[in-house]
Order: sequence, then C-alpha cells, then structure tokens
Amino acid sequence: MLGLLFVTFFIGRVMPVDPVLSIVGERATKEIYEAAYLELGLDKPLFVQFFYYLRDVVQGDFGTSLRTGFPVSGDIIRVFPATMELATLGTLIGVFIGVPLGVVAAVRRGTWIDQFARVAALIGYSMPIFWLGLIGLLVLYGILGWVGGPGRLDIYYEDIVPTVTGMILVDSALDGNWEIFRNALSHIILPASLLGYYSLAYISRMTRSFMLEQLSAEYVITARVKGLSEREVIWKHVFSNIKVQLITVIALSYAGLLEGSVLTEIIFAWPGIGSYITTSLLSADMNAVMGGTVVVGLVFVCLNIFSDLLYKFFDPRAK
Amino acid sequence: MKSIRSMAIGAATALAIGAIGVPAMAETPANMLVIAGQIDDITTLDPAQSFEFSGSDISRNIYGKLVNFDPKDLDAGYGPDLAESWTVSDDGKTITFKMREGVKFHSGNPVTAKDAEFSLRRAVTLNKTPSFILTQFGFNADNVEQTIVATGPMTLQITTDRRYAISFVLNCLTATIGGIVDSKLVMENEVDGDLGNTWLRNNTAGSGAYRLGSWKANESITLISNPDFYLGAPAMERVVVRHILESSTQRLLLEKGDIDIARNLNPEDVAGVSGKEGIVVDSELRGRLMYIAFNQKNEILANPKVMEAMKYLIDYEGMKNSFLKGQYTIHQAFLPRTYLGAISDTPYSLDIAKGKTLLAEAGYPDGFEVGLIVREAQERLEIGQSLQNTFGKAGIKVNITVGTAKQMLAVYRARQHDIYLGAWGPDYPDPNTNAATFAVNQDNRDEAGLTGQLAWRNSWDIPKMSEDTLAAVVENDRDVRAKMYEAIQRDHQKRSPFAIMFQKIEQTGRSKNVQNLNLGGAITAVSYWVVTK
Amino acid sequence: MSVSDPPNQGLRAWLLTDAPSSRRHARLAAWYQGWLSFRANPMTMIGFAILLFLVFIAAFAPWLAPHDPFAQDLAARLQPPGSENYILGSDGLGRDILSRLMYGSRITLYIVTLVVIIAPVAGLLVGTVAGYAGGWADVVLMRITDIFLAFPRLVLALAFVAALGAGIENAVLAISLTAWPPYARIARAETLTFRNSDFIHAVRLQGAGALRIITRHIWPLCVSSLVVRVTLDMAGIILAAAGLGFLGLGAQPPTPEWGAMISEGRRFILDHWWVATMPGLAIFTVSLAFNLLGDGLRDVLDPKEGSN
Repeated sequence: MLGLLFVTFFIGRVMPVDPVLSIVGERATKEIYEAAYLELGLDKPLFVQFFYYLRDVVQGDFGTSLRTGFPVSGDIIRVFPATMELATLGTLIGVFIGVPLGVVAAVRRGTWIDQFARVAALIGYSMPIFWLGLIGLLVLYGILGWVGGPGRLDIYYEDIVPTVTGMILVDSALDGNWEIFRNALSHIILPASLLGYYSLAYISRMTRSFMLEQLSAEYVITARVKGLSEREVIWKHVFSNIKVQLITVIALSYAGLLEGSVLTEIIFAWPGIGSYITTSLLSADMNAVMGGTVVVGLVFVCLNIFSDLLYKFFDPRAK
Repeated sequence: MKSIRSMAIGAATALAIGAIGVPAMAETPANMLVIAGQIDDITTLDPAQSFEFSGSDISRNIYGKLVNFDPKDLDAGYGPDLAESWTVSDDGKTITFKMREGVKFHSGNPVTAKDAEFSLRRAVTLNKTPSFILTQFGFNADNVEQTIVATGPMTLQITTDRRYAISFVLNCLTATIGGIVDSKLVMENEVDGDLGNTWLRNNTAGSGAYRLGSWKANESITLISNPDFYLGAPAMERVVVRHILESSTQRLLLEKGDIDIARNLNPEDVAGVSGKEGIVVDSELRGRLMYIAFNQKNEILANPKVMEAMKYLIDYEGMKNSFLKGQYTIHQAFLPRTYLGAISDTPYSLDIAKGKTLLAEAGYPDGFEVGLIVREAQERLEIGQSLQNTFGKAGIKVNITVGTAKQMLAVYRARQHDIYLGAWGPDYPDPNTNAATFAVNQDNRDEAGLTGQLAWRNSWDIPKMSEDTLAAVVENDRDVRAKMYEAIQRDHQKRSPFAIMFQKIEQTGRSKNVQNLNLGGAITAVSYWVVTK
Repeated sequence: MSVSDPPNQGLRAWLLTDAPSSRRHARLAAWYQGWLSFRANPMTMIGFAILLFLVFIAAFAPWLAPHDPFAQDLAARLQPPGSENYILGSDGLGRDILSRLMYGSRITLYIVTLVVIIAPVAGLLVGTVAGYAGGWADVVLMRITDIFLAFPRLVLALAFVAALGAGIENAVLAISLTAWPPYARIARAETLTFRNSDFIHAVRLQGAGALRIITRHIWPLCVSSLVVRVTLDMAGIILAAAGLGFLGLGAQPPTPEWGAMISEGRRFILDHWWVATMPGLAIFTVSLAFNLLGDGLRDVLDPKEGSN
C-alpha cells in the first residue's frame, strides 16, 4: 500500500504538467503564480511533501482536488458508487451467462456449443470496448431508441431521489420511485452489458477449463459407475468442486471491472472513478489521482483477501 | 441433460431482457431548461476568482453588476444594472454610481453601496488571476480604502489613478469580477480571513436571476430561479447544464428530446441536425480568435520574410469551408469583429508560390524544420495537420507535438515553443483586452516574466508599439480611439509574429420551442432569464 | 553431432520418428508434431493466416496502398466506402482510409513487437532472479511486482504516458511497465519448481555460477509457458495501445495509428460511420487473430487445456 502511494506520488511530481497553472489559469501574473506555488507547499523537498501527504492520508484526508476545489474524499464518495453500480451489474451479467456457458461448453466439449462459446469468448477478448460502445450507443440509442443515452439518468431526473448509497438503482428502489428506477436501468444496461460481455468471456473460459480438469478426475468416473445421473454428477460433485476456484476468478474479474472501465466510462459519460482519475490526471490534479488510485488499489487488495478467505473457508484441503 | 439446455435458454433470455430497454422520454419539462455543454473548466464560482468560459456563463446569471449588458440589445453596450445611474468628475478620474433602490440579494438582504464597495475591494485584495481587470486602473490592496468608497448608503465612488476612457472602465466592470456579492452573508462564512473565498467557491451570494442549486464538478450544474429578481421572475425555474464532452452525444440527446440546447456541436453534427424536425441551429459570432504564433527566440522564425511567407502558407479558405465549416470565420486582426476599432481586412490567403518566393528571399529556398505545439482537441489537431500539409508544400517540415492544454500552456509560458497554435478569448468587452496582450510587451527579458502577455511569450520586443497601444486607453474620444486601434492592427498584421486566422462562431443546436436564447455575442456570456419555452 | 541433410521425401518420416538421432533432431521433431496438431485446428489457422496477411501488408504497404496515407484533399473529405478512388472511404481531412489502415498496421506491429520484447524479458529477469535467489531479494522483488499488479492498468499506463509525454515509444514503455508483473509471477513459479530439481543440482556441482544457471538452464525452461501467455496477451497489448491512441496519448498525428483514427473518426460517427468503424474493425480483426493463434498455441503447448 505504501509502495502504491509512493509510486503515484512520484509519478505525480515528475509529470511535466504544472499543477499551479491548473489553478491560476492562463492569464496569471508571476506574483499570483508564486503565491499559489507556496500555498501548495511545492517549495519543500519531495520527501517532506510525501510525509505530509502520508500523514493526511492516514487520517482519511486525501487533500483538496486542485481542479474542482472539493475535498478528494468527497469526490470519491460521489463517483465510486457509479462505478460500483456499473461493475456489479456487469459482473452479474458475466456470471449468470458466463458460468452456465462454460459448464455447457465443458460438458458438451467439441460440439457446436463448445465452439460457439469459444468463439464468443475470443471475440469478447478481442473487441475494442470503446469502439463497440460507440457503435452500440449509435445503434441502440441513436437509431433504435431502445436504451437510454449517455449518463446515469435523463438530465431532468437528476437530484430528485435522495442519495443513500449513491447507486441510483438502489436509491430509487429504496425511495420507491420506479419511474426513475426504469430510467436509470435504461441508461445502465448498455454499458453494463458491454462490461458484462468482457467478463463473460473470461469467466466462461475459466469455468470451462476448471470443469474439464474435474471431469477427467477419477471421482467422476466412480460417480458415473455408481449410476448417478449425469445431472447429479455435474452439479452435485463437479460444480461444487470448482466453486471455490470460480469465486477467485469472479472476484478478479470484478476487481478488473472496478478499475478498468476507464474507456467505457468516458464513452458513456459515466461519472465514475475511472473517468475521474483520468481527467484528473490530464489536468495534473495529483491529489485526486492519488486518492482515486489508492482507493482502487485498496479495493483490489480487499477483494484479493476476501477471495483468499473464501478459498480457505470452502477448501477442505486448506484447513 | 435437460437442465443444461434450459440453462442455456435461460441465459439467452437474460441477455434478451437486458437488451430491452425503456423507450426514452420525448420532452423536457416546460419550466426547465436542459443544456448539454462542456463545463469541466470551472474551478470556482467565486466572481473574484472565476475566469473560465463556463464560469462566466454561470456567474452572469447569478450575480448582478454595477453596469451590465441587456441580452435583448447587446449592441447598445453597457447600461445600468445594480447602479441606476452614474456621473463622471471633471478630471475624468472619479465615477460616482447611484445604486438602484429595492433590489434584494437571494438571502433577502438589500443590495447597498456597502456591498458594492465590499465586492470590488474584495476582488482587488484577494488578488486572484482576473484581478488585473480592476488593478489596471491603479487599485491595490493598500489604496482601496481611498479609491473605492461607499460615500452614502446608495452611492459608490471609485477613483482611478489617471484619466481613462470611461467606456474602458465601465466595460471592465461588466466582467465576471464586477459581480456584486452579499457582503453580510459572505463575511458570515469567512474562514481564516479569506474574505469568503473558500465558501464562495461552491456557494453563491448574488442578487441575479438565479441562485446555485448544485454543482457537481465535471458533471452538472443546476440553477434555481430567483422569483424576486428585479427584472421579473424568470420563466425557466430550473436550468441544468450537464457536462457532455462529445459533440455526437450532445446531438443524439438533442435529437431524442432529452435536452433543449446543445452548446458544442461540431460542423458535421450541425449539418446532421439542421433540417431535423423541431431543431434549430443558431449561429452567434463570439470573441475567441484562433491564431498561430512564432517564437522570436527561434532565429529562423524571427526573420520577417519567413513570418510573412508563413502567413501566405495557411489554407484559410480550405479550413473554413471544410472541418471548421460554420464554426469559424476568417479574421486576421487581433480585435474580434464587433469590438471598437476592429478591422475586417484579410490581406492573406493561401499562395504557395508567393510563400516559396518569400522563403527564398529570406535565404531558405529549401525550407527548414520546425516544431508546432498543439493541445489535444480535435479541432486544433486538424488545423495543425492542415498547417503541416501546406507548410510542407513550401518545404517547411513541421513536427507536431500534442499534449494536454495545461502541458502546452506551460511550454508556451516558458517561451520554449517554436510555433504555438492557440486560441485567445477577450477578458472584458473593451479593445484593450486583446491589444494589451497581442501588442504590448514592455520588458522582453526572460526575468520579466510577463507570462500574461502573448507578445512577451513569443519574445517579440516592441517598445514603440507598446507605447502606442497604451496611449489608446486614455483617449476619451470614441472615434479617435477606434482609429488608433485600426492603425495598430494594420501594422501588427504586417509584421507581428502572430498569424491570426479565425474568429469563432458558436453554433448552438436548440429545440424549436426554446425562445430568446442569447449566448452573449463577442462581449459577454449567456443570459438564461430571458429564455422562454 | 552434425546431422546431414536428410533426403526430401523422407523429411516427414524423419521428423515423425520415435527415435531421434540427436538433440536437434528431437527438438525439430517436437516442433513438427506441434505444428501438425496446430494445423489441425482450423480456427488457429485462420488466426495465423490473418497475421501472415497483416505482416505482408505491413511489409509492402508502400506498394500496396493506393494513396499516400498523409495526402490531404479537403475537397474530397468524408467520401463513403466504395466511392471512386476510396475503397474504404476518406476521413475528415480527405485522406484515404484504406491506405492509412495499411500504414497503420506497421505501427501496430511495431508496438506489439517492442512490448513483446520488453515486458516478458523484464518479467523473466525479475521472476527468475527472485525465484532463484529467494530470501530478501525474493520478498522485495515480489512486493514491487504486487504494487504494480494492484494498480489499475490503464490508469498506470496513462500516468506514465502523461509523465513521459505522448508518443509511440512512450506508449510502448508504459504498456510494458504494466505488462511485466504477470510474467514475473509465472517465471518465479516455474523457477521455484526447477530450483531444487536434480539436474540443477547437478549443474551446480559442475561448478556453474548462479548467472549461468539462470541464463542457460532456467530461462529456456520458462520460455514455453511465457510464449503462450504472451500470445494471449498480444490482443490486450493492441487494445491498450489503441486505447492510449484513442485518448490522444499514443502515436501523434498525422501518424495513422488505429486507435487515434477511431478517436478522429468519433466526431463523424453519426453521419459518416465508416471513419471510426474501419479502424475499429481492423483492431478487432488483428486482436482476434492473435487470440485465435494464442488459443491454438495453448492447446499445443499446454496439455492441461488440450483439445484431445
């Protein structure tokens, strides 16, 4: 974690973008520039700056965003739920389609459905998601009008539902405002499906290979010999054995979506953490970048620990 | 194996359900104006500090000023706003404003001369980036107590250090920094002697047509109408500006009826929406100029013949008629059209042969290699590539470097560029705003650090022209003053290291039922309070 | 140990022999058998064919391209595909899209090649050293690897490009920086399994130093698993490069980099779909080809996932 902080901090300081200029703007005179320079503490040695930063972070204070003038922690609390909502739905789609597809592909190995799953997955891996997003938006929203446009809601619905979790689907459901729920759903479905497709590709491939490994194991033959139905063999024995590995894969893919949806967020004008970090980065708003990266890194680490724990919990050998 | 098939079917159904969305709504509410724009430049809403395009759009609708423009008649120039009338002393240095009676801030506090005094003094004392608009009249933190004074509850007196054209002074007061804030409310929210600077960043204390509903940086801004606005309650009770970066996205939203106004349509999308049912495209001439500048530190670029040659190697017409179509008009002088003293001569056009001859005369018959820095924005990249192409035809090899706006600006301010492709928007509606940057450089040394001046950034040493330009600000005869600027511009056109190319035309996609939208022309910002639906 | 050239008709039999006569013979035979099973998979062959085609186009772009990829013609901008002179249409500055795609293939290959040279080698180095040395070196190197792994990849690449300045070389560097950690992990895992094996002990007893053991004995053993991983990652590399180009941080104009072309074409997408679609299809096709190939290679080299 400390390393993560240090690397971001260092990158931020060697960037050829001048944070002072971001604040004072193009027309600033030399005096105004220098005043802002001192205010940011940029005159102090690098490690002193790092130490101050560290001290603040430990207290949950990521500093003030140079670009927006708001505390970074507040900004993150605002943008993170948007990403989480998108990634969660994306992962759900990936799991609910990817896992069955992987199982079927393994059981019916070599048949058309296996080939289909394989090609579908490979296409998912190969697709430039920003391009598919553009085309999808054009066709499904622009021409057909089946889904909502960019952003999380139609603009005039904004600020109506009280913010509880920051995830509009959840908030509007809690509020019982189904009109907004439907509107939010229509907006999220396309980007979530795109991310879902990507995670589907990964999950279905991994499921297939886990299944294959198990299917060739001896206990499967024993079970079959015992006269258990194929269905029981697959679901009771094989599937419950790969469940743990699968959870790890799903957690990884979830983490990937949480951190990796930068381009999707940009295409869909989705105010999430990916686009927050990126736009901050481009305007040298290092407090925001560091804050965002630390949070994402933290989530990544937590998910890893979580899946390790599950692993230990479910896996009899690990006990 | 049945289960597997049913699972596959289930998966397929899930996908299908996912694909069926909810049809989009067709219209925005009647008392609400929904706008798609680019608002990521806003860093603060404090009028003493705000200095961005989008910020001035918001500020104009929230803060009243002493003098202001009437959106229904911009050509009339400044007129009374919170000051009902004013008189000028005989020596021309003191202006006395009489405040309008009965106007209230959003908080309910009355607007008095004390508030005006507080606001202007505050802007000078805080000394933020736009403060030069006021301090150029000789105000500073030490003398504001004497120079900006409320002599009565409803009279305010300001005294400049010398005689200036009155129009110059008053024009400057119409800028964002002239916004009058609620002194009582602001001081209640002061922290550590910051004169409310932190609080005003994302809170507002004005008397204008709207107050701030919410501001989510880089996402949206909501304005809520002030029913007690002294010119009458605005028809639009809520104005929402959503940050939408992409032109094509803005267009889609407009076509779908999800927004009323799209502020950033590119020429292709303008062509696409024109003629569509229920959508109108407005074109309004704005003040922004697009130019390239040659750093005089570069020996080759400092050669007058080379500069002249390059001015002939720009495909003005080609660009205007293709990728800039409808969004820029050719303009080759530093004052935007509609400004006092503006000239519309366009002596230069693409002439490769002439460019080559001039280069040969300069001693570069085979051209040379040079860098061009461009910020990462589609329009500029295309202009850059067009320049690269036409310069190349005369043997000048152009290497383009692209970076973010901030990166490129840092290089420019440090005078490290060869050629810079830039845009310049006027800061206040007086010719001096551009003249003072394009044609004034009183100290060309690096240490001088006159980073706010474009002439300095390009190391263009012009003691004589600087003097002439500064002489124009004290000329009180309008026609004489205009003549002075015209002469400076003609000279500037010929020998300056600036090839000014285009002036911005803002094209706005508007839903047909929205009426009276005025973006502010070349001199001010948008006015929402006159809009009806 | 010299092998005389076998007669031609017997080549196949020679390659398929069960009793190789030399080390080189054995290796060639193994390669050939791999090639046979590789060839048996039609999809892999499709991927392989696409890539050969890509290399061909990249190599002969100047002769194949109908136009100069940089020649602008503002009068003939945004011509639709199939119009005279412009098979795939022209872009916003009137440049031929087909020619730009052809030249762009060079850039794509250039980026992929460089990353593929840098990242796995760096990963191999770090991984084997950590695995072989163990102890503190292992802990430190793996911690560093973990730090890089915990970063959002695109964000890290963005940060590096922003720090170093935009450009192809910097994009390559940035992508490599984000791509090496998984290789390091794989290499370390492999090294750990070999480190205490008998043959390494034997080599050590012969007096070989650590450097020699790592470079001559451990590296070759790690290569096959790395190759599979690299091929599967190529698509990711192409997509990452295109993503950077799309954000304006990769190749600089007027370079016809595919991601940058999508970004340029994005503004025309509603009325002139082809400007953004063509480079998108190109990226898709090439990364699909790499994936097909990688999938096939995995079947050959990694028996666990094998198709038979």
